[in-house]
Amino acid sequence: MESVAGSMSEAKPGEAPSQKELVYRQSAWTRLTHWLWAVCLFFMLLSGLQIFNARPQLYLGKQSGFEFNNTVLQIGAKDTANGPRGYTEIFGHRFDTTGVLGWSGPPGEESARAFPSWATIPSYYDLGTARVVHFFFAWLLSGTLLVWLLASLINGHIRRDLAPRVEDLKRLPGDIANHARLKFHHTREYNTLQKLAYGGVLFVLLPLMILTGLAMSPSMNSVLPFLNEVLGGRQTARTIHFTVMALLVMFFIVHMLMILAAGPINELRSIITGWYRTDAPADGDSHTGRDA
Amino acid sequence: MSKFQISRRKFLTSATLGASGIMLSGCDAFDNQLGIGDGLRSFLENANGLTWRVQRLLAGRDALAPEFSEADIRQPQRPNGITAPDDDTYKNLLANNFADWRLEVTGLVEKPLSLSREQLMNMPSRTQITRHDCVEGWSCIAKWTGTPLSLVLDQAVVKPQARYVMFHCLDTIDKSLAGDVKYYGTIDLIDARHPQTILAYGLNGKPLPVENGAPLRVRVERQLGYKMPKYIHKIELIDSFAAIGGGRGGYWEDNGYDWYGGI
Repeated sequence: MESVAGSMSEAKPGEAPSQKELVYRQSAWTRLTHWLWAVCLFFMLLSGLQIFNARPQLYLGKQSGFEFNNTVLQIGAKDTANGPRGYTEIFGHRFDTTGVLGWSGPPGEESARAFPSWATIPSYYDLGTARVVHFFFAWLLSGTLLVWLLASLINGHIRRDLAPRVEDLKRLPGDIANHARLKFHHTREYNTLQKLAYGGVLFVLLPLMILTGLAMSPSMNSVLPFLNEVLGGRQTARTIHFTVMALLVMFFIVHMLMILAAGPINELRSIITGWYRTDAPADGDSHTGRDA
Repeated sequence: MSKFQISRRKFLTSATLGASGIMLSGCDAFDNQLGIGDGLRSFLENANGLTWRVQRLLAGRDALAPEFSEADIRQPQRPNGITAPDDDTYKNLLANNFADWRLEVTGLVEKPLSLSREQLMNMPSRTQITRHDCVEGWSCIAKWTGTPLSLVLDQAVVKPQARYVMFHCLDTIDKSLAGDVKYYGTIDLIDARHPQTILAYGLNGKPLPVENGAPLRVRVERQLGYKMPKYIHKIELIDSFAAIGGGRGGYWEDNGYDWYGGI
């Protein structure tokens, strides 16, 4: 139980007495599960894109329309006067995506494939192997999520660090402005946007990913027949699964940019060792020194 | 502060280089450890066994796959895999409208059977509107009519040591050095005796078309399409598939698909 933030003073000889201090910000549970998720999501994304390549269309409803049109996204290749071109079609709007989506590969060895080989595991087309990789990491991800949930309920991480409070919501406009200006206060507490982003991933996106994954399983459909009815049918579940993937990729990109902007050494140290250097109290208007 | 700026720029550069390195070489980095029989792959495949046991535990023997209404049948059943077998045996049977076709039931049974299409069709039948889910990701809803496999197994009297039902098919799916490879597949006796597991001879109120597996295909509604062989001519009760084909329990399994296709 690490409900009280530890701290360590930082007075190095020869430096002005620093008001910055190292605080113990991330418990071992959070750090371990964070890195397991990072590994899982890497393998699940790349094997998932390979699985998608087997049927690079997304549909709405219970079934795939072959004699009717319920396609919402399609990645493909077609021959033109200038040779084969890759395209991506979203809600009927077609974009030329040659080189990345639909038609890609090393010069002279291009081929028709939805996602390019650098974005899939294995790099060559192999649905069976991608499924082996995907389901292994699906179990690991789900198990890790469960361990994190239990640990974080017990050690207070969810209640103390993630649950948004009224003052968080009041602080939201200012927080958005600070992020937009890449102006960060380094405090032990998460700011409002962090709470919303991490909470959204952990309590909305990942559970939705698992549920839509299970909804695609014909065996699980016999156990939880209502799942597909709630989600709008198996093909809608597959489309949601893909959409949540895209949202997780967007989260990852923003996550990386924020870490780079907020100071990658300090941010990385906190998620590796747990210790985080906070701003001097006078610098941070939101540093309340709150502990649980 | 300026010191920190430099380290940040360095970090940015190295992070970008590192990330693009992973992306460019990336995804073939694992290729040579993921072949059938490779250590890493064999380790990862343990998860499939876990999936099978957990889904069996949750679904039990008799939980039914969802069934749909006539209104959900909006298109012909999409065929996949072999859609017109080129085998002489098959073409001769087809030319005679399968009058000479027999379903052999052999292996670990007390009473081996040889059933004509009429004999099968005279047995009690089951009609179900179900969703066919292909491993590729697509789905198609259709109405299937056939003889419950459990009735055929009861008639043949399965020996206690039998563990799997193996479907022998008439279609050549692949050529190897050893000759033509005919499609085959196996399911366990729990799925074989599931109430919705039928030997289908009818599709959407008509005789089963050639592209969907005429004269007979199996429906295993709690698994994916590759677990439902078409063009069946023999059902064999076996206690192990280790010595058959690639030893993984089916044509697609020998080529890397999971034996349990419940997800």
